[in-house]
Amino acid sequence: MLKVIKAELRKMKRPSLLYVNIGILSALSLLFTSLVFLRAGSSVGNHRRGSETIQTVASLGKFDGGYFTFSLMSLFLGLIALTVFASQSSNEYTYGTLRNLLVRQPSRMKLLGGKFLAMVIFTFLLVSFVAILNIGLSFAESTHLHISTTLWTSGKAVHAFLNLFGNTLLATVGYGLVGMALGIILKSPMSSISISLLWFMVLENILGAVLPSATKWLPGNAISGISAGGAKIFSYERALITSALYLLLFGGLATLLFKRRDVAS
Amino acid sequence: MPELAISVRDLTKVYGEQTAVSHATFDIPLGTVCGFVGPNGSGKTTTIRMLLGLISPTGGTGTVLGEDIRSPEEYLSRVGAMIEGPAFYPMLSGRENLKVLADLGGFSYSRVDSLLVKVGLGDRGGSKFKTYSLGMKQRLGIAAALLPDPQLLILDEPTNGLDPNGIQEIRELIKELADNGTSVFVSSHILSELEMISEYLVMLRKGKVIFTGRTQELLGRQKAITSIRPEYQVDLGKLTEIAQGFGYETQIENGAIQIPAGADLGATLNRAAFEAGITLSSISTQQPTLEETFFEMTEDK
Repeated sequence: MLKVIKAELRKMKRPSLLYVNIGILSALSLLFTSLVFLRAGSSVGNHRRGSETIQTVASLGKFDGGYFTFSLMSLFLGLIALTVFASQSSNEYTYGTLRNLLVRQPSRMKLLGGKFLAMVIFTFLLVSFVAILNIGLSFAESTHLHISTTLWTSGKAVHAFLNLFGNTLLATVGYGLVGMALGIILKSPMSSISISLLWFMVLENILGAVLPSATKWLPGNAISGISAGGAKIFSYERALITSALYLLLFGGLATLLFKRRDVAS
Repeated sequence: MPELAISVRDLTKVYGEQTAVSHATFDIPLGTVCGFVGPNGSGKTTTIRMLLGLISPTGGTGTVLGEDIRSPEEYLSRVGAMIEGPAFYPMLSGRENLKVLADLGGFSYSRVDSLLVKVGLGDRGGSKFKTYSLGMKQRLGIAAALLPDPQLLILDEPTNGLDPNGIQEIRELIKELADNGTSVFVSSHILSELEMISEYLVMLRKGKVIFTGRTQELLGRQKAITSIRPEYQVDLGKLTEIAQGFGYETQIENGAIQIPAGADLGATLNRAAFEAGITLSSISTQQPTLEETFFEMTEDK
């Protein structure tokens, strides 16, 4: 298994994958941090829906102010994990490289397990990078607005941040697992990424609007519920259980196909 | 220690209503170079994929290096393979691509560098795979197949896209490996190459094995063609009558009489022609090539 993880990480550290994703996440982090801190206490409001002011200089000075912008990044982290997991798994079919891998590692379960763990490690590093970057940027921005950061380093803040970090990592891996499963099932990066993005970004929202009672059963809402540590429509436990059921279904089907399917291309 | 590199019995693969391989049965002794020939779609690649555990047989049994093909993890660490052309990650360099496989198989990186030199990619190992020519990609595929220092090497069309020099280099490489005791199972459309290097042959047609055995045995089954050319074309008819008088079938092609018989008829016909006042400008006997034999055996009948 360790050999598979090592081989997978070698592929994932290629500049076109690593630096592009780091670049996107850095740009988004910079944008969000700047917007949140520059518009803190703005008279025109800073809520996404309009004039309401949800972030003030005072609220940013609370224990969760240091990682507030990191909490905004969970959806983007999830979408990036989804595309990375989907392309890393489906490209083995489109490039025809799966046959090389299986000749060198004939145990398909070890290969699949190693690939997944390598992607989890990649995700952990990416989430850690985003967390460090956002907290660093928040500290830098706080000096301009003279926001006190005393509470940011309190025990309560660290504990709450670790919770958020864990939940964000779990949700990000959840999105990634959906991408990986679809990549294996559909064997095409384009199809797996576009179908999953279409579902999470568009169809789930439409379905939620048309059929509100379905909202608490939708996978995207469930995974988002994890990263938020629970939400209005989803308790944390319900979000975990619902997500686990979906991931078991998709993951199980993908595992079965990966194990049994002939590699004929 | 098994005595056979590959042994299959009634190996069959059916896709829906299409039978790709039907009851294939053959043995390949260890330490030999075996050519695997057949027209496109005859089931060669499907057979190779079954031997490598990539697809499950519908029926039949088989062993590779003495191990059941249903347990590929028992033998693939001793097998090198290139199947249906080289497949690598386009954004990684040739060296990085080999290192991915070295990581998976637990091979040393020094072997990666020595193999790149061996296949003539020593100075291009750092270039991205997507920038390689077809011949370079093929060489990288061969390097990947050699990574485990294999006891059995399975190559599917290894000379595709290679120039004549490249083809010769691959031929030499296969000979060198065979001399060092590696068993080689190689499919190719360049039958003249296979004829030069293969001690054994397995021939497929429409998913069925139509010949398995020594190459010389196959070639020996076919009759040689003796070509007799008279000095003057006007003597062709009379010379044909003389040959037919000895009971030979004849055919006139390009001003010469073609007779499906060996060299021993040359002296007889030469003497008879001389007695009839005909001077012969040439007598030559040609053994059938593997290519001619292949066409004769695989043509639709």
